Amino acid sequence: MTKSELIERVASKNPHLAVKEVEKIVSVIFNNIIDTLAKGDRIEFRGFGAFSVRKRPSRIAKNPRSGEKVSVEERNIPHFKTGKQLHELLNSK
Amino acid sequence: MKTVTRADVADVICKEVGLSRKDASDILDNVLDEIVQELVSGNDVKLSSFGTLSLRDKKPRVGRNPKTGVEAEISERRVISFKPSQTMRKIINA
Repeated sequence: MTKSELIERVASKNPHLAVKEVEKIVSVIFNNIIDTLAKGDRIEFRGFGAFSVRKRPSRIAKNPRSGEKVSVEERNIPHFKTGKQLHELLNSK
Repeated sequence: MKTVTRADVADVICKEVGLSRKDASDILDNVLDEIVQELVSGNDVKLSSFGTLSLRDKKPRVGRNPKTGVEAEISERRVISFKPSQTMRKIINA
């Protein structure tokens, strides 16, 4: 499923909303997740999962082709932890 | 570090889109439910400029309780892996 398919499906279940409005809502939701993480906060949807930021320390890496050493700065990596309910739904067969 | 919840996101939708709090919270649940249904039916979810939620089937393996050191079999299971988009990575490291 892609984002546009997601929008179509949500719109078909909410005939009182225009597709444009659903588009706006979906982008507000995902932008809100990104903004929260950018502030260094965590965002949790109980039963679904939680998004948080994990720090990767700086390290010396090697260019695999030339073998040259390059330093990689400390980075923030977004992380998703599946919620308990969703995990159970995925493993209930 | 604070934790943002469903209610906080519903508030933002309510303010930015002009829906009632009840409608905002219902539609947020709809969006999450559609994602859940798609994953449960065995398909990945690709959200452009956000990221991809994909399914991985893990084989059973022998693990160890880190506290007691007792070995235990970790059963076969299906997990989700999230790959953030380049856009998201950039914003988070800006």
